[in-house]
Amino acid sequence: MSLSQDDVKRIARLARIEIDDAQAQATQGQLNTIFDLIATMQAVNTDNVSPMAHAQEVYQRLRDDVVTETDRHAAFQAVAPAVENGLYLVPKVIE
Amino acid sequence: MSESSLSALAAQLAAKQISSRELAQHYLDRIAALNPAINAFITVDADRTLAEAAAADALRAAGNAGPLTGVPIAHKDIFCTDGWLTTCGSKMLHNFVAPYDAHVIQRFKAAGMPSLGKTNMDEFAMGSSNETSYFGAVKNPWNTAYVPGGSSGGAAACVAARMAPAATGTDTGGSIRQPAALCGITGLKPTYGLVSRFGMVAFASSLDQAGPMAPSAEDCTLLLNVMTGFDPNDSTSLEREKEDYTRDLEKPLSGLRVGLPREFFAEGLNNEVAAAVEAAVTDLQKLGATTVEISLANSQLAIPVYYVLAPAEASSNLSRFDGVRYGYRAPEYTNLDDMYCKTRAQGFGAEVKRRILIGAYVLSHGYYDAYYLQAQKIRRLIANDFGEAFKTCDVILGPTAPGTAFKLGEKSGDPVEMYLNDLYTIPANLAGLPGMSLPCGFDSKGLPIGLQLVGNYFSEAKMLNVAHQYQRATDWHARAPEGLE
Repeated sequence: MSLSQDDVKRIARLARIEIDDAQAQATQGQLNTIFDLIATMQAVNTDNVSPMAHAQEVYQRLRDDVVTETDRHAAFQAVAPAVENGLYLVPKVIE
Repeated sequence: MSESSLSALAAQLAAKQISSRELAQHYLDRIAALNPAINAFITVDADRTLAEAAAADALRAAGNAGPLTGVPIAHKDIFCTDGWLTTCGSKMLHNFVAPYDAHVIQRFKAAGMPSLGKTNMDEFAMGSSNETSYFGAVKNPWNTAYVPGGSSGGAAACVAARMAPAATGTDTGGSIRQPAALCGITGLKPTYGLVSRFGMVAFASSLDQAGPMAPSAEDCTLLLNVMTGFDPNDSTSLEREKEDYTRDLEKPLSGLRVGLPREFFAEGLNNEVAAAVEAAVTDLQKLGATTVEISLANSQLAIPVYYVLAPAEASSNLSRFDGVRYGYRAPEYTNLDDMYCKTRAQGFGAEVKRRILIGAYVLSHGYYDAYYLQAQKIRRLIANDFGEAFKTCDVILGPTAPGTAFKLGEKSGDPVEMYLNDLYTIPANLAGLPGMSLPCGFDSKGLPIGLQLVGNYFSEAKMLNVAHQYQRATDWHARAPEGLE
């Protein structure tokens, strides 16, 4: 398989990364080299092999429903690009 | 003092021959002198370091010192550190001052170990040469025309140049072991789940694991004792009884079965690296070990599998960088969507964007089974190979990297060529097994060579025993680059 320039633009759109034609062209070549490497995987017979998502068989732990965190919103919002009255500011999305 | 082991430094502190403040000042002076040429640190804050050292001295004066209290350490800039800039080597976080401590940082603070600063790294830990850092490439202290490896390149270089007696690193596909090999130091990636990932900026969550980097295996053992332990804030942290990793250090190696994977000594391995690793095998035989040939037949698929799984996880993890809650935001945009797209286009470097795009593609509709699921299945086959191998051997030995350090710029134009550097280290991450690299010689250019040990799950004490006994019989780990001053 081989990615077209339109494919690259479509993926970049999915990933919310702005990309112009020149960048898409350069990226296309690099991604295709990487996908050629990845393609070697396809020849392997994996029938009846269960997928491995994690090294350890771990389960989500449950804990008592008690408050463990203190209110630190001021500290966390101090590092945000734009904040007002405890709210994150972004461009208007609803007219 | 620059040649002192952690246990020697701890003994001098305990005997009050030196204070933590004096020790910290010694390393800060060395950083001031050497870092301009090496670029191993992104952030140094002498006042903060000295304050932490003074607190360690107070802890000792009050009779509350632990084994490493007062010994300073450098932290990879991937660990959130309260009040310190935490950039992850990226423009995206160039202004991010962490509002809390990562679990690993909490543990070193609780042990009374002052931080010497935050070390340089490949952007978001994606790279094998430290050239993808927004803050410039790190130089290899053995020859500054060469790369230190990556992604924990700053950590490896600062330890090699004796700007710090020890450092923390993280390893997703070899990011502790490969730079340790290229810089001539010892580094260990523990069993997945032993060290909490809380507060460690996530790259590929099913593979990421933090570990110690220092001149010797004995040093790494002491650091591992500090770093490991259950943390309820990390859902993959394992609830296990705390181990003392020093317990087996002095055991003789008689009867040890060393597995040599034939695939790790095949085509593609540099001759000088092969010779040094084979000489190390002979050294271990002299210490009583026997060897057995093993096969890790599916390990050749580790790189394609990794370059599906790691980017897939990364594309998800890095979706959090949107210019809203922290870090960089593009200065100009027309609407919210445009703000996301421009922020991410400007905030991420080329390699990070490449991997996000790969990840977005393999997870996209219609491709999931062919890529992501197939990769997860082969991941199982790779892990199964190790399971078979450990039926006939106690520890697996091979080269850490196919070659020694390469020149700055030599591979940065070809992603696939760069990826092949992690050929031997990635399998252990996929399986979740512990792996370590230790120095075993030099090539004809005077660049260090590393050998890798891979152990079974939770066999860190055994691996450190093997490494320590090898280091008692050899002095490769004690060598440091000269003429840096």
